[in-house]
Amino acid sequence: MSDRSERLSVLKTYKLFVGGKFPRSESGRVYEVTDAKDRWLANAPQASRKDARDAVVAARKAFGGWSGATAYNRGQILYRVAEMLEGRREQFVREVADAEGLSKSKAGAQVDAAVDRWVWYAGWSDKVAQIAGSANPVAGPYFNLSSPEPTGVVAVLAPQDSSFLGLVSVIAPAIVTGNTTVVVGSEDRPLPALSLGEVLATSDLPGGVVNVLSGRTAEIAAPLASHQDVNAFDLTGAAPELAAELEAAAAENLKRVVRPQAVDWTADPGTRRMLSFLETKTVWHPMGV
Amino acid sequence: MADVTASDGALRRFLHGLPGVDAVGLQVRAATLGTRSIKTTAKAYAIDLAISMIDLTTLEGADTPGKVRALCAKGAHPDPTDRTVPKVAAICVYGDMVATAKEALASASGSDIHVAAVATAFPSGRAAMPVKLADTRDAVAAGADEIDMVIDRGAFLSGRYLDVFEEIKQVKEACARPDGGAAHLKVIFETGELQTYDNVRRASWLAMLAGADFIKTSTGKVAVNATPPVTLLMLEAVRDFRAATGVQVGVKPAGGIRTSKDAIKYLVMVNETLGEEWLTADWFRFGASSLLNDLLMQRQKLRTGHYSGPDYMTVD
Amino acid sequence: MAPTTPTKPMTFAYAPAPESRSVVDIAPSYGLFINGEFTEAADGKVFKTISPSSEEVLSEVAQATAEDVDRAVKSARKAFESWSALPGSERAKYLFRIARVIQERSRELAVLESLDNGKPIRESRDADLPLVAAHFFYYAGWADKLAHAGYGPDPRPLGVAGQVIPWNFPLLMLAWKIAPALAAGNTVVLKPAETTPLSALFFADICRQAGLPKGVVNIITGDGATGAELVGHPGIDKVAFTGSTEVGKAIARTVAGTSKKVTLELGGKAANIVFDDAPIDQAVEGIVNGIFFNQGHVCCAGSRLLVQESVQDELLDALKRRMRTLRVGDPLDKNTDVGAINSAEQLARIRTLAEAGEAEGAERWAPDCELPGSGFWFAPTLFTGVTQAHRIAREEIFGPVLSVLTFRTPEEAVAKANNTPYGLSAGIWTEKGSRILWMASRLRAGVVWSNTFNKFDPTSPFGGYKESGYGREGGRHGLEAYLDV
Repeated sequence: MSDRSERLSVLKTYKLFVGGKFPRSESGRVYEVTDAKDRWLANAPQASRKDARDAVVAARKAFGGWSGATAYNRGQILYRVAEMLEGRREQFVREVADAEGLSKSKAGAQVDAAVDRWVWYAGWSDKVAQIAGSANPVAGPYFNLSSPEPTGVVAVLAPQDSSFLGLVSVIAPAIVTGNTTVVVGSEDRPLPALSLGEVLATSDLPGGVVNVLSGRTAEIAAPLASHQDVNAFDLTGAAPELAAELEAAAAENLKRVVRPQAVDWTADPGTRRMLSFLETKTVWHPMGV
Repeated sequence: MADVTASDGALRRFLHGLPGVDAVGLQVRAATLGTRSIKTTAKAYAIDLAISMIDLTTLEGADTPGKVRALCAKGAHPDPTDRTVPKVAAICVYGDMVATAKEALASASGSDIHVAAVATAFPSGRAAMPVKLADTRDAVAAGADEIDMVIDRGAFLSGRYLDVFEEIKQVKEACARPDGGAAHLKVIFETGELQTYDNVRRASWLAMLAGADFIKTSTGKVAVNATPPVTLLMLEAVRDFRAATGVQVGVKPAGGIRTSKDAIKYLVMVNETLGEEWLTADWFRFGASSLLNDLLMQRQKLRTGHYSGPDYMTVD
Repeated sequence: MAPTTPTKPMTFAYAPAPESRSVVDIAPSYGLFINGEFTEAADGKVFKTISPSSEEVLSEVAQATAEDVDRAVKSARKAFESWSALPGSERAKYLFRIARVIQERSRELAVLESLDNGKPIRESRDADLPLVAAHFFYYAGWADKLAHAGYGPDPRPLGVAGQVIPWNFPLLMLAWKIAPALAAGNTVVLKPAETTPLSALFFADICRQAGLPKGVVNIITGDGATGAELVGHPGIDKVAFTGSTEVGKAIARTVAGTSKKVTLELGGKAANIVFDDAPIDQAVEGIVNGIFFNQGHVCCAGSRLLVQESVQDELLDALKRRMRTLRVGDPLDKNTDVGAINSAEQLARIRTLAEAGEAEGAERWAPDCELPGSGFWFAPTLFTGVTQAHRIAREEIFGPVLSVLTFRTPEEAVAKANNTPYGLSAGIWTEKGSRILWMASRLRAGVVWSNTFNKFDPTSPFGGYKESGYGREGGRHGLEAYLDV
């Protein structure tokens, strides 16, 4: 760090990303975000239960259009996210390096992997139905087909450690199939998540498909877990005790729950996350003249 | 309902506006009704009812007066050893055998048994209209109580519904007798040739609109004759026609019904689709020949408690 | 016209056609089937199981305690080691054997099921038992093909499955649970419903005849407390439950924070949607089959009829006419269409909701039908003038009670059909193919029957959206519930 800056840089006020807009927390609260060496980076919005509620409303509103879009269209939009990210690579490398205490090159590898992950999932949009569906040879004169459909609104607690690659690795599989999401970024490392909102806003992704909140995970997660209009909950970023509490609360409307488990975010993600937020619909139709 | 036959277009719109038939659903319903278990008193009742509903039939090129007389004797006294057996409903023959059948029935004390004649260039229906009408008038003049006509399936399948309508109407007129009465008209669709259930429903309404007294499935001369689903569909049609017009029409499945078990399945369909009002020979018939002996065998089994054999049934 | 109709003054009244009870030999009492042997409950407690059509006591069965549950889980755990190590082809052969023995004994089992459950023999004989055998036959074939199921090159079983099943299709739900579990290499502890334990206990004997290794299948009988013990037991790796949404939620809370995998197949309030261009006679059959099949004790029952206003009168006339021909009575009579309500408790629930329907202003109609004097009975009933606000349009009645609502446009039909926390099944009746596909894609339900209803097949995945539960049973999808994926 130089002690004689050539000019004073312009800092960014980080904001939430809800319904395609960038509101501050309705509570007006912020909290200090520091880097790995405890140096101040920014004041992040500390989202409240009402912000969570607003985000669920936005996600629900977006669900019909996004789930009804063609798989080809969704794939193109996810690819567009990768394109936009590539162009802002340096910013994310810096934010990830700060957040996770990584060297520039290690942070760069994380960001590159994240871009590649968007590309990987983009390609899944029009293939997942082919691997998750089936034509069922029932013993009778019926045409019988099972196809996957998105579960609905998915609340996602992003991983606490991997502030960007982990984040992307939990958002993309949920939305590629047509779900909409309310994502709670890493509590101590929320800035890459908040910046991702800015990328998503310029990637043709309809407002409300991804909503990004920052703040105290437990505080925001509780109303999401008990929210009757949330259909699924990815608990990846919850500590064991909190995860158990949230899972119990999520039982009230039988949310589909993905429990936290150790994940190597750099490894091949497989299809498990995508399949976790899909319902199988089986349609029967008689065959006769 | 007169409007719907005002023009070819109106008739087509009406017939194609009838509710569709889901083939699989219809077949499942017919099969389910076929699982009814008819035992003891119900079986005895059903067997006698079935016998009384038979149009005992011979429609062979090799028919002779002798063959027809034997059939008439059988119809009047199905089981010579048991006078409690009911008579059949009718003897069904070609038009040239009507007079023979009338005489034979009279001498076998079966003059209350009707004589039905197939007409209109049975079984193909391929003849000029004057020929079909002459065929009909001839049989009526010979004393036929009932006329079993075939429709022009070619006309029906090519969508000339009004032609078929007019054909039935004219044959109906030809059924009139000088005394002011008329032979009852059964209209045969040859459902095996109509192929689809939607066609069967349309043909049913078409025939009923034209004045059919009975609608009948088949000639017995093609590969696919009466089936339970087709008959069920026709039962639904007469039910709906009466609800719409107040006019009751009878139904006759014909061809391929050979066992008591099958006949009872048909009676169950009538019972659960139309009820008691149709459960008489006035409104339901079986076009059959070998069915009678099987009914008689089953009847003997019920009466005596042991199984009978074909040697104990008369062959005619 | 023809004067030859028999003059006997009788109608075509079907004489009684009772299926013989002698094909089934029910013992006076049954123990718990643990580690291949029948044993008494630890505290010796028993309860009675009765025939709901007569209230006759059929047998006494053991009430399993926590100690018994523990014993059963340990037995299954021990058996897991060798069972999961068997080549898939060997497991397959055991399951094929079971399927065959079920086919051989299907008449006996059908009669037993009708006795203990109250369902008509026509259904237990023609629906339940053929599907039970088919389910084992289907999953038998998967046991040595798991690597091709799309769950990775070498998918592993989970371990011990704790399975709790309902009383509406006792043996069929057992098949849905046990067949895929065993095919995937798991061992099981299964608890049948309190009111219908017998067919599961007979299944224990089928396992014996098939030579299934001890402890692979354990059957414990008891009430809800026994089920809760099983679900909460730390030694199980998997919970599979079919039953009410209320209990399903309790189970989801119980397993929170554990590593137990869960599948839940819960309640429903399915819409059966009839458009004005429907094949009307088949639609009427579908409606009847949708709500009166198995006395309406069906989670996917078409309990809400949504009919387009323009055909409402015509359809309801036809439906009432058809309902008048339903034969309610002795489940063992081969001509019975609607049997007994499974229990006094369930009958009380149906009555309460039907009374609520009347109190809320819906119009109640039922055909004249004489109900037997003893046992639990409820006439096939329909309510007209029902709106989405009525309890009978929202709550699962689980009985022969149909609520009739109307709609004007396809959009309205979809909105009303989806306006429920449930999402198990739906029906569509229209002759227009493109409308079927449009509707099917918008209905939030796991099974959509178009121009048919209540069809089941082992190859066809079954399960719900929303509060109707999660996971699928049947087909390739049904394997996932029992594999570590």
